Amino acid sequence: MDRREIKSNFLTTTVESAVNWARKNSLWPMPFGTACCGVELMAVLAARSDIARFGAEAIRFSPRQSDLLIVAGRITIKMMPVLQRIYQQMPEPKWVISMGACASSGGVFDTYSVIQGIDQFIPVDIYIPGCPPRPEGILDGLIKLQKLIEKEKFSDYSLPNSS
Amino acid sequence: MFLQNLITKVTEQFSDSILDTTEFRGETVLHIKGECVLEVLEVLKSEGFHFLADLTAVDNLEMGGFERYSVVYHLLNHGNGERLVVKAYVPENNPNLPSVESLWKTADWQEREVYDLFGITFDGHPNLIRIMNPDDFKGHPLRKDYPRIGKGERKDFPIVERNIGTKIGRSES
Ligand code: SF4
Repeated sequence: MDRREIKSNFLTTTVESAVNWARKNSLWPMPFGTACCGVELMAVLAARSDIARFGAEAIRFSPRQSDLLIVAGRITIKMMPVLQRIYQQMPEPKWVISMGACASSGGVFDTYSVIQGIDQFIPVDIYIPGCPPRPEGILDGLIKLQKLIEKEKFSDYSLPNSS
Repeated sequence: MFLQNLITKVTEQFSDSILDTTEFRGETVLHIKGECVLEVLEVLKSEGFHFLADLTAVDNLEMGGFERYSVVYHLLNHGNGERLVVKAYVPENNPNLPSVESLWKTADWQEREVYDLFGITFDGHPNLIRIMNPDDFKGHPLRKDYPRIGKGERKDFPIVERNIGTKIGRSES
């Protein structure tokens, strides 16, 4: 093989950025739709917004097959243990989007039974404001998450006790 | 007319237990004592009020009433389309009255709901457990003296960490 052929047939990159590129463009969301935001989330999957353009159309209803948890709707005190269990069942790497005012802050439901922001109890990467957020907003959140994934380092994934 | 006659008949039959009869927005309200609710409703059912449209409760803490709580039964007569509201009053220190589950199966879940949110117990109910709040929930949140934002239930959860590094996804912004 001469030099010219090598140049046109090989691509050099780092494993890290190749892996991150693959991860960010094939997010498999697990929708946790507990209220009206869940219905709005379906609109993002449909033809007009088409989340498939960003590689995140493979909705999985099993947490074991997904790497992006989209919490869409208010979480009550009865639902929080379920949400935590689902989060823990997801394999690494995993990310969480908190969609809408209710998931992020409780929204207008300032009552005894509604959690005032899921980020008090599980880690959240991206918050999408709105009641409900427009499909553009959700896509924007997804793109922001992709930007975060792009910058991840393998060293970030050290186990907490190993260093 | 049918309703008037029925009310007169029931009032005569249960003269000790009927507290009052009022009219509100075209609906007749029968105020009765809690302990006799099963007998009164049994008579009303046999007289044509076959359908229990709703069963709920009211906390009269600020509103005033014969007692602190009233359990409200909305009855419907399919034969002539008439409606009747029965309010059964139970005291604060012993909120307890007979279950009407034996008359209407639908009362099963509705009485559980009243028990869950108001703490009113129903004698003879087959399965009186909480229906909406978690099983380990303390208190009865629809009572007027229960704080709106609760007593810290919504803050009372373990914090789940990602359990793998701490700076993931946030190396630089
Ligand atoms: S943020 Fe608005 S649309 Fe979304 S779950 Fe709450 S109330 Fe519904």
